[in-house]
Amino acid sequence: MKKLRYLKNVVTLNYHSNKCTGCGMCAIVCPHSVFEMKDRKAAIVDRDACMECGACALNCEPNAISVNSGVGCAAGILNGIIRGTEPECDCSGNSKKSCC
Amino acid sequence: MSKQYIKSWVDTNAGKVPVITGELDFQDKLGALRVRLSILRMSYMVSPGLYAIGNPNRESTVFVSANFKLSFDMLRRELKDIDTWILVLDTKGINVWCAAGKGMFGTQELVTRIKATDLEKIVNHRKLIVPQLGATGISAHEVKKLSGFSVIFGPVRVMDIPAFLNAGLKATQEMRRVNFTFYDRFVLIPVEIVGGVKYLLFITALFYLLSGLNRNGYSDSITLNYGSRSIINLLFVYIGGTVAGPLLLPWLHGRSFAMKGFSAGLVFFVILYFLKLTGRSVMEIISWVLIIPAVSSFILLNFTGASTYTSISGVRKEMRIAIPLQAAAVVAGLVIWIISRFV
Repeated sequence: MKKLRYLKNVVTLNYHSNKCTGCGMCAIVCPHSVFEMKDRKAAIVDRDACMECGACALNCEPNAISVNSGVGCAAGILNGIIRGTEPECDCSGNSKKSCC
Repeated sequence: MSKQYIKSWVDTNAGKVPVITGELDFQDKLGALRVRLSILRMSYMVSPGLYAIGNPNRESTVFVSANFKLSFDMLRRELKDIDTWILVLDTKGINVWCAAGKGMFGTQELVTRIKATDLEKIVNHRKLIVPQLGATGISAHEVKKLSGFSVIFGPVRVMDIPAFLNAGLKATQEMRRVNFTFYDRFVLIPVEIVGGVKYLLFITALFYLLSGLNRNGYSDSITLNYGSRSIINLLFVYIGGTVAGPLLLPWLHGRSFAMKGFSAGLVFFVILYFLKLTGRSVMEIISWVLIIPAVSSFILLNFTGASTYTSISGVRKEMRIAIPLQAAAVVAGLVIWIISRFV
């Protein structure tokens, strides 16, 4: 099976290892194995696999991780531009459109 | 929606809790098929709150889920032989990952739901199993601070729950990883096809009406010939972009979805050319070589939303480059196509 990889050098993921307490939460929540635990600290091992979902940053208690998260969805971004709002896929509870 | 999955009620310290079955009946399966086929997708939900499976007690595990019935059904089917609690959050009928991205499957909703169901009185322990993809909306340390409950992130897929439980609530690296397999892409196809149908109808109608134009005015017989050909071409690209594109995704050229769509579109053009559907005049052929790959590129760019690995920064980057090019190619193609009707 060929591996699907998205664009290189584009994600906004930032990690400050000096703040890391080694809890390992980032490695647990990341759906693309971007983090690994090395010597009781987190390390970014596959930065380009990041999809900017924001799970790591949200679950990092010492705030060692930051990322501009959002939906990686062209239709959502277009909707945001047209309505002048944040990018959002069209699947709020009231919408009858299909989603994700 | 009838609640035929509720079989009885159990008394707890916090009142009666519905006991549900882990067996999916015909109605559940029909409902799942309906949702997969993109029919009335947004109204497929269950009531938020606490449910029991089997005969759970004060020590039993609590699983957290969304109130999208497809998510709920997949979870209860997997848990059918385990005595357990399911805490369903109000995500307005949206699946865990999408709802988490919007914060609906989120810290606040979880904390509110714990209080609303009096979960503290029902179980002695203070642990919740939350699906890993919920981590985009749920902050484990915040939930602990606000409710006293510890969040343990379970595997991505429900089918891995038994192995996760057997391993003492530990998921392997493979269970933590989101894939985008052939099957994952295959089940998305009906939604992709239905999604753009109204645009397809508009564009094919436009081409059909315009195809009657010629130097002698407007002719219905030409419309039938040229117009039908245009419709076949556009339908071919649409099906190619929404069916073949997703299925062949790993093998299409490039990392960018717009590029993958463009390269698929070139192939679609070549096929149509050899089927003699791109016309005889050079101008008409040029118009199709501009239109077909651009439309295919746009359709695949839209598939980023359904994919499991594209980042918003990446999609923004490719849109900045691709959308102006796609628009320019389609407009130029349309102009040349109209001119070709008159020469």
